[in-house]
Amino acid sequence: MSQDSNSNSAPGAVLNEQQWNAITQAIAGLNRDQLTWVSGYAAGMAAAQGGAIAPVIQSATAPAGDAPTLTILYGSQTGNAKGIAAQCQAKAEAAGYSSKLVSMADYKPRNLKGETHVAVFVSTHGEGDAPDDAIELHEFLGGKKAPKLANTKYAVLGLGDSSYEFFCQTGKDFDERLGKIGGKSIVERLDCDVDYEAEAEAWLAKLIEALKDDFSAAQAPAVAVQAGVAVQGVASQTYTKKAPFKAVLIDSQKITGRDSVKDIRHIEISLEDSGITYQPGDALGVWFKNAATLVSELLGLLSLDGDTEVIVADTTTTLVEALTSKLELTLSYPNFIKSYQAATGSESLAALMEDKAQLRTYMAERQIIDIVRDHPGTLSAQQLVDALRPLTPRLYSIASSQAEVEEEVHLTVAHVDYEAFGHRHQGGASGFLCEYLEENGEVEVFVENNDNFRLPTDPNTPVIMVGPGTGIAPFRAFMQERDAQGAEGKNWLFFGNPHFTQDFLYQVEWQGYVKEGLLDKITLAFSRDQEEKIYVQHRLLENGKEVYEWLEQGAHFYVCGDAMHMAKDVENALITIVQEHGGKSEADAKAYVVELRKAKRYQKDVY
Amino acid sequence: MSNEKSPFIVEGKLADNERLKRESNNLRGTIEADLKDQLTGGFTADNFQLIRFHGMYQQDDRDIRADRAKQKLEPLHNVMLRARLPGGVITPDQWLAIDKFAAEQTLYGSIRLTTRQTFQFHGVLKPKIKSMHQMLNKVGIDSIATAGDVNRNVLCTSNPVESELHLQAFEWAKKISEHLLPKTRAYAEIWLDGEKVETTEKPVEPILGDNYLPRKFKTTVVIPPQNDVDVHANDLNFVAIAENGQLVGFNVLVGGGLAMTHGDKSTYPRKASDFGFIPLTSTLDVAAAVVTTQRDWGNRVNRKNAKTKYTLERVGVENFKAEVEKRAGVTFQESRPYEFTGRGDRFGWVEGIDGKYHLTVFIENGRILDYPNKTLKTGCAEIAKIHKGDFRLTANQNLIIAGVAPEDKAAIESLAREHGLIAPAISNQRLDSMACVALPTCPLAMAEAERYLPDAVTELEGLLAKHGLEQDSVIFRVTGCPNGCGRAMLSEVGLVGKGPGKYNLHLGGDREGTRIPRMYRENISEQEIMAELDVLLGQWAKERNAGEAFGDFVVRAGVVKPVIDSARDFYDA
Repeated sequence: MSQDSNSNSAPGAVLNEQQWNAITQAIAGLNRDQLTWVSGYAAGMAAAQGGAIAPVIQSATAPAGDAPTLTILYGSQTGNAKGIAAQCQAKAEAAGYSSKLVSMADYKPRNLKGETHVAVFVSTHGEGDAPDDAIELHEFLGGKKAPKLANTKYAVLGLGDSSYEFFCQTGKDFDERLGKIGGKSIVERLDCDVDYEAEAEAWLAKLIEALKDDFSAAQAPAVAVQAGVAVQGVASQTYTKKAPFKAVLIDSQKITGRDSVKDIRHIEISLEDSGITYQPGDALGVWFKNAATLVSELLGLLSLDGDTEVIVADTTTTLVEALTSKLELTLSYPNFIKSYQAATGSESLAALMEDKAQLRTYMAERQIIDIVRDHPGTLSAQQLVDALRPLTPRLYSIASSQAEVEEEVHLTVAHVDYEAFGHRHQGGASGFLCEYLEENGEVEVFVENNDNFRLPTDPNTPVIMVGPGTGIAPFRAFMQERDAQGAEGKNWLFFGNPHFTQDFLYQVEWQGYVKEGLLDKITLAFSRDQEEKIYVQHRLLENGKEVYEWLEQGAHFYVCGDAMHMAKDVENALITIVQEHGGKSEADAKAYVVELRKAKRYQKDVY
Repeated sequence: MSNEKSPFIVEGKLADNERLKRESNNLRGTIEADLKDQLTGGFTADNFQLIRFHGMYQQDDRDIRADRAKQKLEPLHNVMLRARLPGGVITPDQWLAIDKFAAEQTLYGSIRLTTRQTFQFHGVLKPKIKSMHQMLNKVGIDSIATAGDVNRNVLCTSNPVESELHLQAFEWAKKISEHLLPKTRAYAEIWLDGEKVETTEKPVEPILGDNYLPRKFKTTVVIPPQNDVDVHANDLNFVAIAENGQLVGFNVLVGGGLAMTHGDKSTYPRKASDFGFIPLTSTLDVAAAVVTTQRDWGNRVNRKNAKTKYTLERVGVENFKAEVEKRAGVTFQESRPYEFTGRGDRFGWVEGIDGKYHLTVFIENGRILDYPNKTLKTGCAEIAKIHKGDFRLTANQNLIIAGVAPEDKAAIESLAREHGLIAPAISNQRLDSMACVALPTCPLAMAEAERYLPDAVTELEGLLAKHGLEQDSVIFRVTGCPNGCGRAMLSEVGLVGKGPGKYNLHLGGDREGTRIPRMYRENISEQEIMAELDVLLGQWAKERNAGEAFGDFVVRAGVVKPVIDSARDFYDA
């Protein structure tokens, strides 16, 4: 990551550039007394970590145990929760509150007892699952070892996607569990849907306001950044979700064979002159436009005029523009059903809403247009706009390394394109990228950092990569990076898809890496090439002995792809392997895998 | 094997294929390791060549090669398998087994009858190869040595009429094939999971030699007056000589071959030389002697000059013949008289002298597949289910349903009609036309052949009709490259693929397959070919003598000079 170093340069021998930047950011604006206090605080922390720190320093002024501190905990898979947590800290800092920002993965659950104020920012995945870095704390709070909290106040912000059944479940769990063990709620929990920005910002303001009484009485404020967990990345990109870069499509190439049932594209986008940097493991956020055919069909079904003026997020625009660029049409969500029903008075929809389970199943298979087709009605342009939720960009794991492709970014995109209910359906972003966006066409993008999916810092560390289907994407980036680094560590890729002849994504590139010796092993599972279906988890088990040997040699284990089935099956396979080849009980094998995760040697990028 | 240094051995740096044969551990190579390699659908390094000795060629779908490169996928590698089927005889049970495999396990779903009187599977993916060999083995078929530098499938005239003579000749074809087969157990070990027996005995191959032959070697047994097998396309031919309907011996013809290389005048098609007559008892000895002489004297430095025909030209026919006599312990007698009168198959029903009936059906391009208007493949399978005799594949890529009892005729014929195996009006021209496989599967093809033939014949029919020649025909053959599987170098009108849509046009062969046609136009388009033929067929219609064939006419009329001694005059203008 390159950054301007206009004043002080990082004391490279002690801190890396990111840490240095984080510290300079953290201490900017502190007065003389505050700076003195911080130096003592840092020394105290060093002493707590152990080691030979001189006793003189240990006796320096440390914060009093009951001085209020806002401990900001985040559990984040894609970086959104972390982003809001960082905003929270910025606001606390601005208000002069003492605070610290910690990833749940790095937080010792036992310390909870001593906290005065805790703000939790946590996302939910799959079927109500906690993100990887929150798993341990989440379990701890729900278990027997959970402490009694006497003097701890807390607030929870959950992130989720309301099109899933267990919307914001992890946030709800934290809220409930913290309350149950004696924590006092500061403000009511907020459950954020995919379009969370405005709501989250308002909630943070409310929180800061609510903390005023407790914190204003406190002495010197402090801001701490836990060692090694810099607030890196968050502010490092010039282009963001809200201010994306207008990039250009260089190439869109189908990389499945002629007879494949899958349409998977290799997409190349130019970042020329943007200065955007990314690391293997990061994702690219892609803003897209809904298909013109879809928009005009929806307008036709509702007998609405596309030129009608509407207001979206306080801005006046035309209905057709709003439907094309500002609103979500290719997913369905409960709020739409509710609002659409209210506006149209549809009785059939009202009947459907009676049964939650039935509604969920109904929604899961349908896009907005299907609902409108099934339940025709009339409503005004503004009512339609208000019923729809804002369009959100889609995140794709980046399939390239800048060490190889420089000012380009590559993606591996499954073109969602199928017939259902008598009509063609396409994914919003994938349809845009794969069909409507022409070569040299413009696409708005931004980089989404993902520090939870990183190559080992030591190039000698072996890696095992499990990436069936489009899950292969980040591993193409990994291999390009390891190739450029001249990394000596061994590399082992597990890949699977339906057919060898049709669906072997990037086959010739893997052949090249095997030939040049970079890729030590590649193990393939083509599920439909024989009677019985063979998946990557089966191949892992078959190679269990060697997988375990690699793990014992310190290998990092990465999984990318489907969260619903594959990632779980792979994790079970991993536990079985550790059990069988490590001679462990099931519980010990699970603990081994937990340790891998805590040591950041087991990382997932699943969706 | 003779160890003495012969003056007839070509000295020099050996061709790379010699190294790979020598290092192959008697054709094993590392084929087994390649079968386990999941990363590619192909074979690597030497194995790519070695599988040929096991009857397979690695191919790919050339139509989509460029697309797949863009898709970051390797070419759609697969293999073509050519079965060993001496004399082209196959039983109904065998037929049903190969029919099933073709339908269920190959990319193209077809059974391809070939000019080598056998069948080919096209488009077998690597994971299916082993089960394919095991399926064949189960019904008594193998593909040993149907390609590579060995003696390949032995042809035998499909003469269903003289049943007894055919049976005797066919038995010899089988015996010769067995006698000249590689003795290595590589095939059984690799494909049939045969026991691996350590052997230190050398040579493993007493006839072929442990370095195998310098180049491919083709053998036929032919029963005059039919020359369906095209003796002059083969290295070694046994011309059946009968007395009172009983086989008594063979005239031996050596050194035919049609392959050449564009632009290389040291290569040329050549007719076989007549060595003389031998009694039946000497057959296997002579076969072995011809093979071992070619093995020892053939050019192992330059593969383009490695075939028997070039050895004969280099050492002299008499020297070669004397060596064969020495090695076989025989003296060639004066050739017995025989005559070839034609090469075509006898379509429709014929009655054999044993009272059994034989139905020869025309298979365009030899491609047995269900087409929208003719379900040839289903038809053959339905017939196989009730047929009590056998099937015979002809060297013209057609099919004979042989040995049908009079009472079964009607049922067979009804099935054949139902599935379009007997079609109402196939022109003589179509029956006399032939093409090799070429695109999209053959890696050597320079131009279309099989896929061009049907339309080319339709155009030719139009030209013949235009000149009032509807009942006439010319022997018309298209081959996709100068290797010449389509045997265009023994046709009256031959096209040799030169590039996409471009061919060399050869004229002046004869109907019996005893004269090589000369190149008349080089590298011309399909339109130009038909324009040339339009003029020449018009001339033939007006100026020919009674019954004069087109190939004879163009020679007499001076359109082309006849090729008489191809080693010297093939490239004359």
